[in-house]
Formats: sequence, C-alpha cells, structure tokens
Amino acid sequence: MSRLSAVALAIWDFVVGDDWRVALGVAVAIAVTALVADTSVAAWWVLPVAVVALLADSLRRAAGR
Amino acid sequence: MSGQELGLAIAVFLACSVEAVEALTIVLAVGATRSWSSALSGVGAAAVALAAIVAALGPALTALPIGVLRVAVGGLLLVFGLQWLRKAILRASGLKAVHDEAAIFAEEAEAARAAAREQGAFDGYSFAIAFKGVLLEGLEVAFIVLTFGANQHHVGIAAAAAAVAVALVVLAGVAARAPLARVPENTLKFAVGIMLTSFGTFWGAEGAGATWPGGDAALLAIIPSLAVLSLTTVALLHRSAGDRAGAVESIHA
Repeated sequence: MSRLSAVALAIWDFVVGDDWRVALGVAVAIAVTALVADTSVAAWWVLPVAVVALLADSLRRAAGR
Repeated sequence: MSGQELGLAIAVFLACSVEAVEALTIVLAVGATRSWSSALSGVGAAAVALAAIVAALGPALTALPIGVLRVAVGGLLLVFGLQWLRKAILRASGLKAVHDEAAIFAEEAEAARAAAREQGAFDGYSFAIAFKGVLLEGLEVAFIVLTFGANQHHVGIAAAAAAVAVALVVLAGVAARAPLARVPENTLKFAVGIMLTSFGTFWGAEGAGATWPGGDAALLAIIPSLAVLSLTTVALLHRSAGDRAGAVESIHA
C-alpha cells in the first residue's frame, strides 16, 4: 500500500469510523434539512428524526452480529 | 458564561479526559517496561505535531462563513458523536467488551517486553509507540477542540477545558503510577457521545437553514431527550441479550 493510500485510509477511518452508513445518513439528513428549510415547512425536526433512525439501525446491525 | 459555552467546556473536558486516560495507559506501559526518556520524547514529539496541526487548521476553520462552518462542524460532530454513542450503548448493554485500562496496560507492557531492543540510550520502540498513542488519541481531542471552539468563536475556552483535563489525568497518573483503571471511562464516553450528537444535531440543522423552536434553549431539550433515549435503548438491548442467553441456557439444560 502506498503512503498516500495509507493516509487516505487513516483519514477515512478517523472521520467515517466503522459504520459508513451513519456518515452517509448524516450527509443525506443535512441535505434534506436544507431542502425542507427552503420551503415554508419547519425543518428543525429532520435531523433529530434522522439521528434516532441512524442510531437504531446501526445498533440493530451491531447487535445482530 | 452562557449555556452553550458551558456545554462546550463540559463536552471538551470529558472527551479530553477519556482520550488522555487512554494515551496515558500506552505511555505508562512502554515507559515502565522499557525507557521513560524515549517514551517521554515520543510524547513531546506528538505534542509538537498536534500543535502544528491545530495551528494550521484553526485559522482555516475560523475563516469559514458561519453557515458553512455550522454545517461542516455539525455533520462531523454528528458522525463522531453517533460512533461514540453507539459503542457506549453496546458496551453498557453488554454486547461489546468494556474498555479495561488495566487489561490494555498489561497487553501493551507484554508487547513492549517482547519487542526486540537495540543497544544504546535511545529506544525507538518506546518513542514510536508513545508518539503514535498520543498523536492518535490527541487528534480526536484536537478535532473536538477546534470544531467546537471555532463554531462558537471560543477556541480559548475549548483549549482551556482540554488543558485542564490533560493536566488532571497526568497528575492522577503520576500520583497513582499505574493506569487509571478506576476512571469511569465507559460512562464518560456515554456522556461525550450524547454531548457530541446533541451539539451536532443542533448546529447541523442551524447550518442547513433550520430554525430551532426556542433558539439556543432547544439544546436543553435535545440533550436530556437523547440521554433518556440512549438509556432506554441500553435497557432494551440488555434485556434482549439476557433473554437470548436464557434461551441458550435452557436449550443446553
């Protein structure tokens, strides 16, 4: 493994951790919040709902291993 | 000091304490079994590297527009916080091994004794292990200090909370001359996970353009709600793990 790919892997591991679905889910939830905030509907609830769903899903997969 | 500033200081202090305890265990293991001078040189080199990273990233972060900063910081804190919280819930419910500093110390010390040693005053193994341990544990703290501090324009408060935490852990380590196995590390990690996730949720939504009902006071609802949810999840997982163990026992009986 080259030094560059080792650094990239370390950064990925540091930021994303052992469940990439959580990182992806957070990015999607923030994007949805921004989209909803552009409408007349309140957008504050999107992230709390996403956090509960992402945590539950991640725990379910970890507990099932 | 406002509520958000107090929350920032508490979150940084707790996160930094946990990481400092873990780094201390590694340094103690190589220092006590091989070479204190080389291990402490590794600690010094890691501290210089961390200072350089903070000095390079700090001004860049604070130069970002507040909206961009809040989205980036909120998102990253959420990813970090959910990881901490997930592991803490799994540990508290008995589905993951609890972090045991005494066992880690014994493992590190055994590896240090087994590693080859060259002649001379400088011990490369002690230096490298101490450097790596402090740098990796410190990076997470540096990240939390920078993101929390930059987002609230209070890097000073965050840095002071981190410095107090490190000083207390080092003093306790020097006094005990042993890994700090009695520090309730898993409980601290649970609290840090809740704080990071709560602040990440708050800032991430604000940065994306949402307005919280009650403004900053919304944090006073987010933090306890997440704590209650997490503790309830621990109880449910604990019970389901107990049921599974009971079912296995009755099959084997």
